[in-house]
This record gives sequence, C-alpha cells and structure tokens, in this order.
Amino acid sequence: MKKVKRTLGMMALAATTVLTVSCKDVNKNEPAAPMSNEMHQESMDDKDDMAMNDNQDAKAEAILNDYFNLKDALVGDDNDKAKQLGATLASTLGSFDASSYSDSEQQELKDIMEDAIEHAEHISESDMAHQREHFKILSKDVTDMVAITGTEMKIYEQFCPMYNNNEGGAWLSMNEEIRNPYFGDKMLKCGKVQREIN
Amino acid sequence: MKFLKIIAWLALVALIVIQFFPIILNESDYVPQSDFMVENQVPATIKNRLQVSCYDCHSNNTDYPWYSKIQPATWFLEDHIQEGKDELNFNEWATYSDRRKNSKLRSIISQIEEDKMPLDSYTLIHKDAILSDEDKRMIIDYMKALKDSLE
Repeated sequence: MKKVKRTLGMMALAATTVLTVSCKDVNKNEPAAPMSNEMHQESMDDKDDMAMNDNQDAKAEAILNDYFNLKDALVGDDNDKAKQLGATLASTLGSFDASSYSDSEQQELKDIMEDAIEHAEHISESDMAHQREHFKILSKDVTDMVAITGTEMKIYEQFCPMYNNNEGGAWLSMNEEIRNPYFGDKMLKCGKVQREIN
Repeated sequence: MKFLKIIAWLALVALIVIQFFPIILNESDYVPQSDFMVENQVPATIKNRLQVSCYDCHSNNTDYPWYSKIQPATWFLEDHIQEGKDELNFNEWATYSDRRKNSKLRSIISQIEEDKMPLDSYTLIHKDAILSDEDKRMIIDYMKALKDSLE
C-alpha cells in the first residue's frame, strides 16, 4: 500500500514538473512581447523621433552603407564581423520603405528585399565560403535595387572572373581601387571595374 | 540505490506523460497548385527522387516513420521540419518571385553538389533517401536548366 502511494506521489510530481516546465515556455513568450513594445513606445516617443524616422524609411543609401561595411568585412576575411554586419544589413533591408515608388517598381523592390534579406540572414550565420556565396547574389540584388532607386553616391561595379571556379562574381564598391571580397587576402587585387554608377 | 530507483521511476513517468502532449504533425493530403511538380514539367525519375529525399522536410507532408510518433522524437522532428520548410517549401514554389526561385535553385544545386543535403542525420535512418552520384547529376542538371530558363 505504502509503495503504491509513493509511486502515485512520484507520478504526480513528475507530471507537475513537466507541466510547469512546459507552461513556463508559453508564459515566457507572451508577456515578453507587449512589454518590450511598451518600453519602446515610452523611451522613443519624443526625443528619438527624428532618429527613428531616419531609420524607419531606410533609404537606399542606408542599405548601401551597410552593404559596403559587409563587403569590407569580407575583404578583410573577418567571418565574425561579416556575421554581425549581415544581421545589421538584414534589418536595414527589412525597414526599407518603397511607398514613394510606382506600383511596378514597388513590386520589384519587394521581391528584391525579400531575396536580399534571406541572403543577409544567411550571411549572419555562416562560414566564410558560404557568406561569399550569398554575397554574390546579394550583390546582384543591391545592384538591381540601385537601378530603381538611384543614388547620389559614386559607385563602382567591379568583377572578378575567377570566383567560384571561374564562374566569376561582381560586387559594388565606393572606391575605384580593387579590394576583392570573394578572395580576401588570397587574391586581394583580382578584378576590374566593370561599370561606374553616377 | 533507492535514489537511482526514484530517478528511473521519474524518467519513466515523464516519458509516459509526454506521450499525451498534443503533437502537431506535418501532414497534408492534398498537393496545392503552387507545388514545384505542378508548376514545372518534372521527369518521373527526378520527381520520385525529390519526393523521397527532400519532401519530408521541404513540403507540407512528411511521410513519418513509426518511431517518429513517439515523444520526444516528434518534437525533435518538428523543429527540423519547420526549419526545412522555412528555408524551402516545394509546396509553395509558385508563390516565390522569379528572383527568389533563382536563389532557391542556386542553393539547391550547391547543397547537393557539396553533399550537405539531404542531411546526414536524415539519411542515417532513411537509407532510401541517399542520392547516388547519378541521382545527383540528374537533379543538378535539371535544376540548372530550370534556373537558366528563369534568367
């Protein structure tokens, strides 16, 4: 009798442990979201309003800046930094505001952003070789974006014919001088300017 | 000794209790119009390879083995499948823009070329999902042709 009781007790104990653990998970998610929202609203209301606006309709320029930083990290063979900057770029891409463009341009920009965000996110969690693979397609996305949005910056489209077993890869840079993001230190100066934008 | 016994009992009880937790299975008995195989003319052999080697985690319908319905295996698989579908869901192929299709095809090709997909942890159990060199060549050629047709 005693034994049965003890077993029952233990079963109940185990059940409650499992239940509380799983309930905790649910609880953790729920209140956390509204709370952080509140905090955002309070602290960002007045003072930071202007700064917020700048961030919110992330202009093509903001995206380009993040992209160039990411490119520099790849040039420098810096995997961790590229990861961070990939995440930064992903969030800037996500806040891009296309409302001032025509309907067809908006659709095109939406497609570009969706694709680019995915590549930036991958870059934020990959090894160098993989980061560079995604950087290649990301570069195409950003180039296509600039074709629509235009920019006041002077940009060089550069190309290294050797990347990925001679498939080649293009990228954008603010400097005419070649600094290769696909090979980094291994072949820092491989490539040429293909086109000048502006 | 007594202590060990208690632990063993607790583990057993916990194992029984978690069997009663509701599980969400990735199962669907219809193939949407947006499916990869519906939108594209896929040769039967490739169709079959994709179905067996990829669709378990990259579509809305997983062909579950018996042990997967026992916890905690189901939870483990649930995460994996969710991740796989976020990355690529063949059932939603037609909803991707051409640009994204291009990116997806590129990733499909490189993942297979580099032997990263199907995952080792998956083929360990699903021997039939292992792609032979011939399968790989066939799938890659097909995906490359499809990619070229989009560009």
